[in-house]
Parts: sequence; structure tokens; C-alpha cells
Amino acid sequence: MVDMKGTQLIHEYLRHNKKFPHVFCAGCGHGIVLGSLIRAIHGLGLKKDEVCVVAGIGCSGRLAAYVDFNTVHTTHGRALTFATGIKMAKPGMHVIVVMGDGDSMAIGGNHLIHAARRNIGVTALILNNNIYGMTGGQCSPTTPSGSFSMTTPLGQMEQSFDCVELCTAAKANYVARGTVFHVKKLDKMIMEGISNPGFGVVEILTPCHTQYGRKNKYKTPVDMYKMLKKDVIDIERYNKLSEADKAAKTPAGVFVQKDESGLEEKFYEMAARCQGGV
Amino acid sequence: MKNQPLDRFEVRLSGLGGQGILTLGKVMGGGLALGHGYFVTQTQSYGPEARGGASRSDLVVSSNVISYPKAESVDLLIALSQEACNMYYRNLKSGGLLLIETDLVKQPPVNQFIGLPFTKLAKDKLGLPQAMNTIVLGAATYLLPFAQQRTMRKNLEEVLPPKILDINIKAFNMGFREAKKNFGDPEELWKANSVIVSDEEADYDSI
Amino acid sequence: MARPRKKRNKEIFALGNEAVVEGALLAGCTFYGGYPITPSSEIMEIMAQRLPLIPNGSFIQMEDEIAGLGSVIGASLAGRKAMTATSGPGFSLMQEHLGYGCITETPLVIVNVMRGGPSTGLPTSPAQGDVQQARWGTHGDHSIIVLSASNVQECLDNTIEAFNLAEKYRTPVILLIDEITAHTREKIIIPNPDEYEVFNRIVPTMPPEWYKPYEETVRGVPPMPAIGSGYRFHVTGLTHDTNGFPTSRPDEVRELNERLFRKIDQFLHDVQLVDEVDTEDAEIVVIAYGTVARSAELAVKQARDLGVKAGLLKLSTLFPYPRKATERIMAKANTLVVPEMNMGQISREVKRVNNGQVSVRTINKVDGQIITPAEILKVLTRV
Repeated sequence: MVDMKGTQLIHEYLRHNKKFPHVFCAGCGHGIVLGSLIRAIHGLGLKKDEVCVVAGIGCSGRLAAYVDFNTVHTTHGRALTFATGIKMAKPGMHVIVVMGDGDSMAIGGNHLIHAARRNIGVTALILNNNIYGMTGGQCSPTTPSGSFSMTTPLGQMEQSFDCVELCTAAKANYVARGTVFHVKKLDKMIMEGISNPGFGVVEILTPCHTQYGRKNKYKTPVDMYKMLKKDVIDIERYNKLSEADKAAKTPAGVFVQKDESGLEEKFYEMAARCQGGV
Repeated sequence: MKNQPLDRFEVRLSGLGGQGILTLGKVMGGGLALGHGYFVTQTQSYGPEARGGASRSDLVVSSNVISYPKAESVDLLIALSQEACNMYYRNLKSGGLLLIETDLVKQPPVNQFIGLPFTKLAKDKLGLPQAMNTIVLGAATYLLPFAQQRTMRKNLEEVLPPKILDINIKAFNMGFREAKKNFGDPEELWKANSVIVSDEEADYDSI
Repeated sequence: MARPRKKRNKEIFALGNEAVVEGALLAGCTFYGGYPITPSSEIMEIMAQRLPLIPNGSFIQMEDEIAGLGSVIGASLAGRKAMTATSGPGFSLMQEHLGYGCITETPLVIVNVMRGGPSTGLPTSPAQGDVQQARWGTHGDHSIIVLSASNVQECLDNTIEAFNLAEKYRTPVILLIDEITAHTREKIIIPNPDEYEVFNRIVPTMPPEWYKPYEETVRGVPPMPAIGSGYRFHVTGLTHDTNGFPTSRPDEVRELNERLFRKIDQFLHDVQLVDEVDTEDAEIVVIAYGTVARSAELAVKQARDLGVKAGLLKLSTLFPYPRKATERIMAKANTLVVPEMNMGQISREVKRVNNGQVSVRTINKVDGQIITPAEILKVLTRV
């Protein structure tokens, strides 16, 4: 593959017949994830035909339309179910699922934990912006307690999900958390997530200034990136903090990395044995 | 495989869960459909009806295409438990025959019936209580005027796994033999023992 | 659908649900994804045993029916012939992805073994309550093909037909059977390979850069490549243009929606499958489907014996509703009788076609029991 850098590389993987501009607001982190995803796929040397990007509904879901892979824009919360079918039908395909926080953990919560439990060989990128952005800023399962949104005008009174803990408990093979501020690390996590066998999850903290920031004292997009810079720290550093200090910080890094074979590998291995024995 | 003309002959197998009623229905139906070449529909109890111990399997046998698949007025009722016997004897049609497990149906609800201690036979003579349903199959094959012993046995050989084949063939033959010994000529038997249903009841049960 | 059989091949004594599996495998199905539910579970259980034994066969039990149909669509997009089976409650959950299958034109087969409803209803009793749901259950205006089967052999034959129609017209096809046929064992004939037709979806042959995934064709059905075959395109549940990208331009929206109807409606003769019994001189004709059609067949025979000029129109295709066949019957008959295990779902269609020309009598039964021949005969002899 030709050595390409920067926007030249990105353009190589974007669809030229797609009517740009994209739907992302100025200051949105989703475009950074798109760049990271492209660099990761390029870095792994995957052929475009071997990559299938499956997306749910929401701002993150639109990401699939822009990239020149096999792309499927599915229903709200159910992207993983389509991805599971694709992976079982074509185990050689690199299936990457792009979901938002509401998409993956509210309406698609059941699909997420079961995809993790059955360890299907797909990689889930969960773009967590703590809000339903596309539909106008309603609260999501990751909207922090006390935060304001269109449906929590008095402040969120429920607790929020920790995506990493949720996926770890559901036995995902690879669990990591990155942010759109720490891009080099994010590139690496997505690469690892794709190349690791079985189910991989990369939670990506990405700011939604338009719908979340404005209602929650982040006056500009820059304030939100500053927050990511300040509050999100590496897991090693985080573990050394006192319990009191931990409360204000969010750990990032790789939390789980196992090399258990994916469900599709196990299934076809068993099927081959059955067919050989008949 | 020529079969004799037959218009809707209905068999109901009933008893307790665990007695192998459903397998019996499947094997008997398969034998009559594939071996003898009859049209057969077989239905069985499912769900709530299949819980709580009761088990039922129905066969409709005919030389013509069967339009209505369910049993509605039964020619041969095989009852392997008191509860099943009480529940289903009303479905017997006039001229129908009731075959019971004599140790398990202590109080037959009608006077005309025939019976064998199938469970005891399986335990004492084969040492395998699970083979009871195959003994019933043997006896039923003897009783059904249109069933051939050899054809039924051949079908049994085709569907059973080799591991349990020998004992089941033994059970089948025993059932056939015991029925022959105890019941005498089947044709006479159907005449002599058939249940007489009064007209009112017959009306209630028939379509 | 009776098809001529030259030499008798394998005969088996099988459940309706088993026959569905046999039919699916003959049609080339290599993927099953679903969630077990009474009274359809045998289909899933047998698929779990059989699929690993065939090359490329794959099977997965998902976390619910929504996920089940999602996986089926994924597999179909990846080039597989895929199916799922369910019953009422599961079918309700599938409606979301059924619509997705319609707008993305994904071939797939859903077998719905109907049980009593609404809600959990009567899990082990038969009904025909999901007929209009199969037609209109998913939101948005859409076209769809719905078949039924009235005996175990038809479970096999019509499952093959369902796959063929799904592949030919790039559409979800629903096969409605009821609990009785699903759980009745009968002797069925497994057809020889030369005795049935298998249709595979048309794949593009042009270079990938020329390919437009949703372009109009003569048949209205665009060719469909498998994911990973070199044609990289976008699949979306949003209303899309011919390139597959979301659009809200009225002309493009109209073009897509109209084509989705047209692609099926211009081939009604191929899609609408019916059987007629004794209809040539019939004055009173029963229109029935599913297990009820068996009762009707006997009732018609009995009525003929009593001197009533009765006939039967048995519907294998429920939707698009066989209008032409019904009109043909109406030209001669003066009364139509529609027995159904619901309060009148196909009779609505019959009445729509009839438009007051002949008398339409309905027999409706919703007690979890099949309509008996006697119940139909009573109406046939009284009219």
C-alpha cells in the first residue's frame, strides 16, 4: 500500500460518490473517531473489501455512509445483531460496529451484553457523548447524575452506566476506553480491538458540545476537550489515586485483553469436525 | 405394499409421561405410513396438556387422503394409566376397542375392555421397564386388523439405534405373542369386546 | 402446490415443523438465526442439528427475536439464504426488522407458526390471528409476500417456494402455518433435485464502479451482491437514492417507494398460488387456507355427496391477495364461505374483492380449536 499521510490517507478511504458535507457539528468528536478508524484499518493493512462497518442509529450511525467499505446502517440499537449475522456468515470479514451510548446501552443494551457473552468476533466502537445528540439532547444511560438534558430539566436523578465495567462483566474479550483527545492511543486501541479475536469493545469519549456541553457549563467545544484532557487519565495513574481523588477522574486504557477464540471460529471448527466425521 | 381399504381408523395412545407414549405414536405412525403405505396423521399432546404427567398421541389411518388431521371418534383406545382411561374412554366410538394396562388401570370405566400387564411384562421378562411401549406396539400390531407384524418390525429396525434394537425387537415380538395368547382371534375380539356407545353419546362425540 | 413427481424418492414421516426444515435445506438455506418459541421450536432445534453438518451452514441462537431477525438480515446481506421461525409474540418483536428487510430489499424467510393470541395467548393451541399482522405489522407502507401451508407436504413445498420468491423479488417472505400442521406428523415425499426449482438471487456482473445498488431494472429488482464480493455499497434503513445513500428528495423517495410495490405487483401471476377443488360448476365456494383448508376439503366432499354444488379455493398465497382467482370464482358462484380461526382477516380481503356482488358468509372460531368439517358442512348445506 502506498505510504499516505494525513488527509491524503483519509481521502483514500472516503466515498467520493457520497454527497458531503457530513452531519457532524463543528467541534464534534465523531470525525476524529472516523479518522482514527481509517488510520487503524490502514495500519493493519486490511483490504477495503474485507472490512464491513455496521452502524446503529444516531450521529455515530451516519459515520458508516462516509467510508468506502461494505457498510450497513441498521436500526436503533440493533447493529450488533446484524454484525453477528454477517460475521457468522462470512467469518473472514472484519466486522466493525459503530454505535452511540444510547444506541448501545439503552435500546441495544441487551444485544451488547449478549454479543460480549457469546464472544462473537466483531469490534464495537461505542462513541459515548453522554447524550442523544441527533434527536435534540435527551438523556442517555451514560448521562452523568446531576447533568441537565432536554428530558432531565431538573438534573439526571438516575445513575449512569460504566460501559467498561458493563462489558467486562459481560465477559468481552477486549475492553478499552479512549478519548478523541488522546488520538494516538485511540488509533492503537482500535487496531488492537480489530486484531484481537472474539468480541472487542472500545468505548470512545467524544464530546457533544451542541447538545450536552451547552446545557452543562461547557461553554465552548474547547472546554469539553479541556475536560477530557484534565479528567481522563491513564489506568495505571488512576489506580494509584486515593479513593477520594478517583471520584473526579475517569480511567482510560486497556482494561481486558484475552485471546479466547471468537464464537464463529469455534462454530466452524466444530462444524468441520462434524462434517469430517460424517 | 398394498394396503386394505380403510376409511379413517383412529387410534389414541394415552398414559403417563415417561411411558414412551410419544415415541410409540411416532413409531407406530411411521410404520403404518411408510411401511404399510397408509395415509397417517399423528398428533400429540403439547404444552400444559403434556405437563402434570399426562401424555397422549393420536393416529388417524386411512387409505384415502386425510382431510381432517385430528382424532375425533376413536376406534382403538390404548390407556396406560387410570387418569388417561377416565379422560378418554368417552372418545371411543361405538364398536371401538379399549386396551388397558391392567396393573395401572385398576377401575376400568366400562365393562368391555381387554388388557395386559405391560409394565410387569417389561420388568419381569425383559428386565427393562422402558421397553414397555414396544410391548404395547407388538400387542397393538396384533389387534389392528390392517397391520402386518413383519412390516411393523421392519420399520422398528429402521428407526431404532442399533444399541437398543435387540431388546426392542424382543419386546415387540413378546407383545404380539402375549396378545395372540390372551386375546384370541382379533376379528372375533373386535366383535365381542367393542364398546357400545348409546346414540346420544355418539352424537355428542361425532362430528 | 402439487407438482408432478416422476419417481418416488425418499419418504419420511415428519412433523410440519420438520418439513419446513427439509424444504429450507432443499432451497439452499445455510443460515438460521432465531429465538425459540412454542410451537415453532422444533424448526430451530432441527436446524441446530442439521446446519453444522452441511458445508458453510451456520446457526445461532440470539437473545431475542429482534436480534434473531437482525442476524438473518446480516447473513442474507453477506450472501446467504437465511431464515428464522417464530410464533405470535416473537413475530411482534420482529416487525421492526421486517420493515428493514423490506426497505433494504433483503431476501429472507420468516416462518410464523401461529398460536392463539393476543399477547402470550394460547401457546400450544392453533389460531390464524396473525394474517393481517403479516401483511401490515411493520410500520410504513410496504409490499410483502405472505404464504401459508395446509399440510405437512405443503410445509416443505411452500418453504422452497418462500425462498424462491424471496430471492427472485428481493423481499422478506412470510410463511404462516398454524400449530396443528406444525405439530402433525404425516408421510411426506422429499422431492428429487430435478423435481423442484431453486432460484438464486441475481448478482451484479458489471464492474463494481458501475454498480448502483438500487437502480431501476426491467423487473424492478436490482441485482444484489454479497458483502465482501468486491461491490462496496451502503445499506440503510433510511429512504435512499439509487446509490443507497439517504435522501429526502421527493422524486427519489417516490421512485423507491413505488418500485418496492411495483417489483411484486407486476408479477402477481407468479406470486399468487392457489388450488381449486371442484370449482368448475360450484355455486358455493369455500375460501380457506392453513389447516382449515383440510376441514373445508372434507366438508366440500360431504356437501357434494348431499347434492350441494360446493367447491374449494385453497389459498397458498395470502398476500398479495389472489384477487384474480377470487374474481374467477365469483363469476360462477353465488356464495362464498370463508372459515378462519380468527374473527375475519382474510374475509376482509374477500369482501373487498367481492364488493357486494355475491353473498359472503364467514365462519369464525377463536377458541383454540380447529374448525371442523361438520361446522363448515352445516353452513354449506344451510345456504
